Amino acid sequence: MENRLYKRDIISIADFDRNDLELVLETAAQLKNSPRPDLLKGKVIASCFFEASTRTRLSFETAVQRLGGTLIGFSDGGNTSAKKGETLADSVNIISSYTDAFVMRHPQEGSARLASEFSSVPVINGGDGSNQHPTQTLLDLFSIRECQDKLDGLKIAFVGDLKYGRTVHSLAQALCHFGAEFTFIAPKALTMPDYILEELDEKGIKYHFSDSIEETAPKVDIIYMTRVQKERFDETEYKHIASRYILNVDSLKDAKDNLKILHPLPRVDEIAVEVDKTPYAYYFQQAENGVYARQALLALVLNEVV
Amino acid sequence: MRKKLQVEAIRQGTVIDHIPAGQGIKILDRLQLLDSNASITVGFNLPSKDQGHKDIIKVTNRMFSEQEANQLALFAPTATINVIDNYEVVDKFKMALPESLQGAFSCPNSNCITHNEPVDTHFSLREHKGDVRLKCRYCEKSFSKDIVAEL
Repeated sequence: MENRLYKRDIISIADFDRNDLELVLETAAQLKNSPRPDLLKGKVIASCFFEASTRTRLSFETAVQRLGGTLIGFSDGGNTSAKKGETLADSVNIISSYTDAFVMRHPQEGSARLASEFSSVPVINGGDGSNQHPTQTLLDLFSIRECQDKLDGLKIAFVGDLKYGRTVHSLAQALCHFGAEFTFIAPKALTMPDYILEELDEKGIKYHFSDSIEETAPKVDIIYMTRVQKERFDETEYKHIASRYILNVDSLKDAKDNLKILHPLPRVDEIAVEVDKTPYAYYFQQAENGVYARQALLALVLNEVV
Repeated sequence: MRKKLQVEAIRQGTVIDHIPAGQGIKILDRLQLLDSNASITVGFNLPSKDQGHKDIIKVTNRMFSEQEANQLALFAPTATINVIDNYEVVDKFKMALPESLQGAFSCPNSNCITHNEPVDTHFSLREHKGDVRLKCRYCEKSFSKDIVAEL
């Protein structure tokens, strides 16, 4: 397969077409089956986390090390020149001159796109505020394909905070390439934003709204859970709402055999621990798959042929 | 019926005609025309064959930059700009909604990186159900034109 990602910035899932997505997923599957500790040999990767994120950072850094690359960087912007008032543009300009690729996470939306305009090497977005987290979407897609053996024509339910959940927005956008059908289950105050629904309408994607996980479970292939954050509601309202959006074993009694449950993690109490032991739970494999998806991306961006 | 010129002709400058009624005041404000030294003649809610009613703005000794014309297009996509020299129209062009706008407006998202870094804002434009949506190149959020222009 032609490597269309070679030397490309990875900023937003909206920049990927179906072929790009398939290339990453195929490469991730290959690397999961046959490790390649040579693909980043001699390459130095910047891992610059202007905002702390333990799982994403460790996942990226593991991916680099498993491919034989070397890392420089920081895990928190608090001790960098940003604190002294240096612009992000200047930081990126300098750090990219030391390295072969620039992985970054930053609390402000649009920071990764801006970085790509000042970097001399490919930038990989590890999350920019509430905007994009493309590598999370890639690992979500990889996990869905892995547990369903396909991506086309799946029925997916998204549950929880669909308003602020960037992982949900990006995954829904990416799944449009594969003709998915969605069910949205969320409190009214946290329902899917209009601009995403408008995009789905324009692409002719079918979607429904539901109030019940139990009624939806028998109709879908994937339930993608997210956390309803306490701080969005007053305490009484939260207790009332949260109880309706908790997934437990009872909610799954009529589920299809192939149903799998995903969650971007960390989980708090929206998936009961008892669900972990059911064949439906797939969130821990999903987290592990983050390393393979990020390995695939780094390998493709830095090698013409993989 | 006696015909009467409702807005006085200008010798040199720009006439923005066929502005949708009600948008003229927004254009005056957006382009900060009242804060400039230019002499301005305006007509609001004038009769128009095509539009029913229209606004018109005549600015003496003033041309508009491409960026200003783009801002105009956002509020008055049907407007025409007439360049006047010695009371004659020497150039005339119709406004059209641009595909993108660079540096014309701040991003309404207060957490967008453009508020802190040395870059121009950049919006791509699209029409949606009769409204214009502007999508920020950086934070990727979409806004209606009124939110972007804070009107």
